[in-house]
Amino acid sequence: MSLLEQRIGAARAEGRAALVAYLPVGYPDVDGSIAAMVAAVEGGADVIEVGVPYSDPGMDGPVIQQAVDPAVRAGVGMRDVLRAVGAVAAAGAVPVVMSYWNPIERYGVERFAADLAAAGGAGAITPDLIPDEAGPWLAASEAADLDRVFLVAPSSTDARLAATTAACRGFVYAASTMGVTGTRATVGEAAERLVARTRAVTGLPVCVGLGVSNGDQAAEVASFADGVIVGSAYVRELLEGRGAEGVRRLSADLAAGVRRPVAVP
Amino acid sequence: MTTSAVSPPEARLEQARPSWPDATGHFGVFGGRFVPEALIAALDELTEAYRAMRVDPAFIEEFAALQRDYTGRPSPITEVPRFAEHAGGARVWLKREDLNHTGSHKINNVLGQALLTKRIGKQRVIAETGAGQHGVATATAAALMGLSCTIYMGEEDTRRQALNVARMRLLGAEVVPVTTGSRTLKDAINEAFRDWVTNVETTNYVFGTVAGPHPFPEMVRDFQRVIGDEARAQLLERVGRLPDAVLACVGGGSNAIGIFTAFVPDEGVRLVGLEAGGDGVDTGRHAATITGGTPGVLHGARSYLLQDENGQTVESHSISAGLDYPGVGPEHSHLHDIGRAEYRAVTDAEAMEAFALLCRTEGIIPAIESAHALAGTLRLGRELGPDALLLVNLSGRGDKDVETASRWFGLGDREHVESGAGMDTDQQPTEGAVTSGDAVAGQDAGESA
Repeated sequence: MSLLEQRIGAARAEGRAALVAYLPVGYPDVDGSIAAMVAAVEGGADVIEVGVPYSDPGMDGPVIQQAVDPAVRAGVGMRDVLRAVGAVAAAGAVPVVMSYWNPIERYGVERFAADLAAAGGAGAITPDLIPDEAGPWLAASEAADLDRVFLVAPSSTDARLAATTAACRGFVYAASTMGVTGTRATVGEAAERLVARTRAVTGLPVCVGLGVSNGDQAAEVASFADGVIVGSAYVRELLEGRGAEGVRRLSADLAAGVRRPVAVP
Repeated sequence: MTTSAVSPPEARLEQARPSWPDATGHFGVFGGRFVPEALIAALDELTEAYRAMRVDPAFIEEFAALQRDYTGRPSPITEVPRFAEHAGGARVWLKREDLNHTGSHKINNVLGQALLTKRIGKQRVIAETGAGQHGVATATAAALMGLSCTIYMGEEDTRRQALNVARMRLLGAEVVPVTTGSRTLKDAINEAFRDWVTNVETTNYVFGTVAGPHPFPEMVRDFQRVIGDEARAQLLERVGRLPDAVLACVGGGSNAIGIFTAFVPDEGVRLVGLEAGGDGVDTGRHAATITGGTPGVLHGARSYLLQDENGQTVESHSISAGLDYPGVGPEHSHLHDIGRAEYRAVTDAEAMEAFALLCRTEGIIPAIESAHALAGTLRLGRELGPDALLLVNLSGRGDKDVETASRWFGLGDREHVESGAGMDTDQQPTEGAVTSGDAVAGQDAGESA
C-alpha cells in the first residue's frame, strides 16, 4: 500500500491539499537538518522530501545549491539520509527521499530500496531519472513495496504524460514551470494546465512543485492540485539563520494556506 | 573541391556507421538520458531534426561548403620525423586539426550544431567551455549565423584561459564565469543545463563533446568523424597502408571519437586514448576517468566517472583545462569495455615534455591537450619500434597555452631563459634535435625588457 497516496488521500478527505516540504540532509549539519525536518512536521507538513545532497544538482537553483554544497563537502551520505527518514517517520509525517540518480546507483539500487523500506520511507522522487531508464528502480521499488515519483513538465507530450504517470506510484510530481528550483512571484497558469493534462491520464494524486514560497501561493496551488511542494523557501529559512523555528513558522503559514478556500476567478 | 583522397561528405556521415548507439542512445550499457523530464521534449526535437538533417542533401551540401570554405578542410596530415626520432624511430603522422579556423577540432561540431539550431528555428545558443576552445568555436559560429550566444565557463578556467575569454567577447558572445562547485568545466555544464531548462523554447544547447544525454554523443561523433575519415584516406594515399595505432587525447573525448570512428572496423588498428594523469593517477589528483574511475551517471549519461563512495563527483586535476573533466563520453566507456580501444594516462610532466619536444623538433606549438596524445605517442613508439606507423590527432594549437607553458618551463625567469634549462627535454637519441631555447629566449627577453 502506498504511504504517500494514503496520506495525500487523507488530506483530500479533509477537503484540502497536502503540504510537502523539501529539506536537504546535512545543512547546517546532519542533526540540524533533522531538527528542521521535525520542525516542518510540527508546523503542519504532511510529507517531507528528505533531500540527498549531490555534487551536481542540475535541476536546482542557487538557494538549494548553497545549502547542499557544504553537505557534500562534509561527506553526508545515504546512512545519514536513512537516519533522517527514520526521524521524520517518528515525528508523524511521511518521509520520501528526493535524490538525483547517481547517489542511489552508487549505494546499490536494491540495497537502497531495502534499507529505505526498513527505515520507514515511503519511496523516492528521482528528478533526473525518467521511467525509460528506470528498469532496475522499477523492479527494486516494486519488490520493496515503495513509492516511486517521476516528474512531468509543461513540455511533456501527452504520450509522455501517459507513460510517465503509468510508471509512478504514490503521486505525480508536476514541475510547474520550465526552470530550476527557486521561489517565484507567481506560480502561473502553466501549472494549472499541466495538472489538468496530467489528471486526464492518471488517477494518482498530482502535487505541484517549483516556485511556491508562501501561504497565499500555497492556497492558489491547493485550489487545483492534491499537494503543494515547497523547497527553496524552507531552505532559505535555514540559510538566513532563522533555524528550526523559522521552518516551523513557514510550515504553519503554508499549512494554513493549503486549508484556505480560494475563490476561483 | 575536396581532394580525391577524401570521401564525399554524404558518405562521411552515413558510411560505416558503427552499430551503436541504439535508437535511444545506448552504447552497450552506457549513454542514455538521465535528465529532468522538462528537457526530454527538447532532446527529442533535436534527435528528430538531426536524423532528418543528416540525410538531407541541402544540409549536406551547406555543411560541406562551410567545412571547405570557412574551416579550411580537409586539414592536412604532416609527417614529423624529427619528433619521431624520440618515439623509437616509428613513423609518426599528425592530423592537423590545429590548422582549422579557430584553432582546434571544435569547429567541426559547432558548425553542424549551429546549422541544426537554425533548422529548428531557435535564435540563441548556449555552450559550456573548459579551455575555451569550444566556447570560441561556438561564439564564432554564432557570429557567422547571426545567433545570440552565451558561454558558461568555470571561474577558475576564465583565469587560466584569459585569452580565449577575450576572443569570445570580441566575437560578440556573453561569457558567464561560473562560481559554483569546483568552478571548472563540470560546473559550467551544470549551469548551461540550468539555463537550457529555463529557456528551452528559444535556446539550443550546443554541447561541446561526445558526452551528455542522447543525442549529443551520437551527433557530436558524427560531426567529428570527418577527422578520421579524412586521415584514413590521406594516410592510405600517402603511405599506402593503415596505421598500427591511432592516438588522441581524451577529456570528454570528441577529438578522439572523431579520429577513431573511421578506424573502428579496422581490427588491426589499435585505438589509444590518452587521459590526463595530472600529478599521477595514484596521487588522486588527475582527470583519467577511464583509467581511474568507475561507472556511474553524470551530466545526463551513464559512463565512467570520478566519484567517491557516496556517488559525489570528485574534482579532477590537470594542467590542461580542456581535459580537466571528471567524466568521459559513453562511447569511450563502451569501446573500453568491449576492448576495442585502450586508455592510458599521461601525467602533466610527460605532456609538457612532449609539448616542448614538438615545439623544438617540428616548429609546431601544440595545445597542451594534444600534447597528451604526443606523450602517448613517444611511449607507444618506443614500445613498438621503428616499423610502427602511428597516426596522432593534433587536436588544437597551443597559442592559448603560451602563458601556462611559460610558467611551467620558467621562461619568464631570465636566468632560466638564458640557460635554456627550463625547457631541456632530456631525451635520448639526437641531442641536436633539442637545443636550448634561443628563439624563445629572444622573444621573451624582448617582452620583459
